[in-house]
Amino acid sequence: MDPREFDVIILGGGIVGAGTLRDCAMRGLRALLIERADIATGASGRNHGLLHSGARYAVNDPESAAECIRENRILRQIASHCIDQTDGLFISLPEDDMAYQRTFVDACLKAGIGAEIIDPALARQLEPSVNPELIGAVRVPDASVDPFRLCASNMVDAKLHGAQVRLRTEVTGFIREGDTIRGVHTRSAQTGRTADYYAPVVVNACGVWGQQVAEMAGVTVGMFPSKGALLIFAHRINNTVINRCRKPSNADILVPGDTVCIIGTTSTRIPLENCHRVSVTPDEVTLLVTEGAKLTPSLSETRILRAFAGVRPLVSDDSDPSGRNISRGIVCLDHESRDGLKGLVTITGGKLTTYRLMAEMATDVVCRKLGIEKACETATTPLPGSQGRSYEEVAREIWEAPSTAQKAAAARLGDVVTRMPNPSRQDEALVCECEEVSAWEVNNAFERMGVSTLTDLRRRTRVGMGTCQGELCACRAAGLLAKAQDCAERERADLLKFMGERWKGSYPIGWGDTLREAEYTQWVYKHVLGL
Amino acid sequence: MRFDTVIIGGGLAGLVAGISLQQAGHRTAIVSTGQNALHFFSGSFESMDEAPERLKTLFAGAGIRLHYSAGVRLMPLGIFREAALSLEDVSLLPEPCFADKVLILGIPGYLDFFPSFLAEGLEKQGIVCRTSMLNLPESVRESPAEIRSVTLARMFDRNWDRVVQQVRLLLKDEDGVVLPQVFGLEDPSVPERIRQGIPARVVFAGTMPPSVPGIRTQLLLKRRYEVLGGTYLGGDEALEARVEGDSVRSVTTRNLDRHALEADHFVLASGGFFSKGLRSNPFRVWEPVFGLDVAYDEDRNAWYNDNFAEDQPYMNYGVRTDEALHPLVEGRPLRNLYAIGSVLGATRPELGSGGGLAIRTAFHAVDEILEAV
Repeated sequence: MDPREFDVIILGGGIVGAGTLRDCAMRGLRALLIERADIATGASGRNHGLLHSGARYAVNDPESAAECIRENRILRQIASHCIDQTDGLFISLPEDDMAYQRTFVDACLKAGIGAEIIDPALARQLEPSVNPELIGAVRVPDASVDPFRLCASNMVDAKLHGAQVRLRTEVTGFIREGDTIRGVHTRSAQTGRTADYYAPVVVNACGVWGQQVAEMAGVTVGMFPSKGALLIFAHRINNTVINRCRKPSNADILVPGDTVCIIGTTSTRIPLENCHRVSVTPDEVTLLVTEGAKLTPSLSETRILRAFAGVRPLVSDDSDPSGRNISRGIVCLDHESRDGLKGLVTITGGKLTTYRLMAEMATDVVCRKLGIEKACETATTPLPGSQGRSYEEVAREIWEAPSTAQKAAAARLGDVVTRMPNPSRQDEALVCECEEVSAWEVNNAFERMGVSTLTDLRRRTRVGMGTCQGELCACRAAGLLAKAQDCAERERADLLKFMGERWKGSYPIGWGDTLREAEYTQWVYKHVLGL
Repeated sequence: MRFDTVIIGGGLAGLVAGISLQQAGHRTAIVSTGQNALHFFSGSFESMDEAPERLKTLFAGAGIRLHYSAGVRLMPLGIFREAALSLEDVSLLPEPCFADKVLILGIPGYLDFFPSFLAEGLEKQGIVCRTSMLNLPESVRESPAEIRSVTLARMFDRNWDRVVQQVRLLLKDEDGVVLPQVFGLEDPSVPERIRQGIPARVVFAGTMPPSVPGIRTQLLLKRRYEVLGGTYLGGDEALEARVEGDSVRSVTTRNLDRHALEADHFVLASGGFFSKGLRSNPFRVWEPVFGLDVAYDEDRNAWYNDNFAEDQPYMNYGVRTDEALHPLVEGRPLRNLYAIGSVLGATRPELGSGGGLAIRTAFHAVDEILEAV
């Protein structure tokens, strides 16, 4: 068999591409995923990390709400090591309309979301950080999810089922015969080497960039790129997702995630060509802090760690090319029936929470085209790392009395840690103190998770995501990476690039302690390290 | 409590000023939060291209050996940088190619030292490199998560002879050895003893902070200051000043509660943003103790360069002063207050930056104070 031939090629290494790869591989297809950069570099890695209960959409988009709650329940089972079962509150403040709470709860119940009105006093007890002036509260099954971990787990499992992944590989064109797509031309971003891959079906899962990919194939998919700005706070202030019980608006969701919490978001339409480089403006920072403090007053005194922005892959309605009529729902396009182009499927729109359903829908189309009848099993088969044990149990399986760093590793990797080689004492050295990541975990990411840069490493281990924003840990990790790849010169450049990328998220919020940390970092890199 | 001079800040600038004034018979106090830029000192004094006699004398009195010879030094990631006035740990080399063959020695589980980067940098100079590891006593290996420069230095203060033995055993035909700068925290003689004991040229390369040579320097300067009779108020913080006309009368601190520190002269050596000598919020930059005039951009967008590697404008911000380093309040100088060191930012570029700025301005303020008496 020609190693360049596959049953299906999936374009895009975000959560939908990773999920589709896994689903295809589990149905026995020889599948290949091609990603221009690294896993979860687009919207998949630039969001709140909210596992929606669907409540936020219940009033305006009941269909999405129903999808969310179904998938929310499934992911709690199959991806437990990526999910923090926090629950969520929708709070009403004195200036909010209490009639909306009734509408909201009715809509939730209709969509199948267990929404329960609770006494504001109880809400304060459940979530002590909540604005004490609240006049109403509804409890919903929101949760928080680590999108990087979720994406990596899907890829790891797909590989265990025989799928292949090519990261840092760009699609330069489609191989086309008449009205049929036969495969893709690619070029490696690292080596510049070109390669062709063939398959009877290609899935476009490139999110907001899906429009350009579709254009390359000669069909149109109208995206409606919408920028959302978010802020990461240096502490986990809340243990419950806090939402504002009103029509969706700016900065009305605060999500706890690992050691931090994230406030967002805003919504601004931006031109497609700007999607690569979105940044947060001082005005957006002010808006997020001011509105966020209404959910949790202590936000206004909490150190902000980082500002970042993502682009939602919303889709313009096919019948309305102006883009005004947009949908937040899932869009699965079979270009054969839609445009007369055989061998191309586009899956886009949707949400992080509904990625598995999107993958299932795309894979169903692929299987129909290939005449394969195997049913989808991703809703019931746990991801690697998520076999239903708690991280404490997993940690105790390897270590008699696990340290907090070892527990953190078990929480990040789930039961995969039990299959990793046993750490030596030296491996227990801490690389990242903020997130408690050991040399053992970092080396595992180098060896098994396709890491070639510090940014790749951050997405898989949280190195550099903590309070110091990479000031100390990036350098330690670079030392390990230089050794593992035996290329110190490239790694020195990678280190500076990584710090530059961290700085881009720090300077929009560069005052107070963040500026102190920045000055320290500058001093260390310029004068101590001499870079 | 009454002193001749009260110094706010116990870093390089504050200690140099304090020691000099004590030597001149002044009664002084230093108010220090405890941490300062010496804790991440690279070992070379920025913007000092000579070694003033009075600095050499002052440091020698404190037991700190300086050496001066313009040359290059090996940085932690294998790059060479020009350097001149340095602590004795820093090898100032006439040229980067300091040996034919070099043995680079790491420490198991210690991630703040970078043998792979050093080897690549040295190989680029045509030096043949071999890397190996020093063995650590069992007690340290027990808790690898806590191996940091200071832990190691504390242990090597007692066991430096074993390091020498190990290096001698590991050494084959190399004429150079690179070791991390983790020697001589409490005992300043250790780096030199190690050099003496090894039959090859020993170069100490820097580590990630905390800086062992920097902390040692701070400890020695502080000890010298106290031996000279200075009052070192460690772990304290200056809060507010009482100003009458164009003079500072007293300063209150967190620990001394209502007992203000009174003095004829005051020296502000409180550092930049990191040391909290300057503070900031989204709208402004201010000096917290005296409310001095600060030179900064009012538009926050102008504070930063979005390129991490470029100079950052905010790092140039500092208190405004007149020629004699008297800081200004609403444009008028406070006659018995002097601002020295990093709190000046780059408002006085002719006085240098970093360690050079600290030393030059400290001596300047000392001379002004002694002249005024």
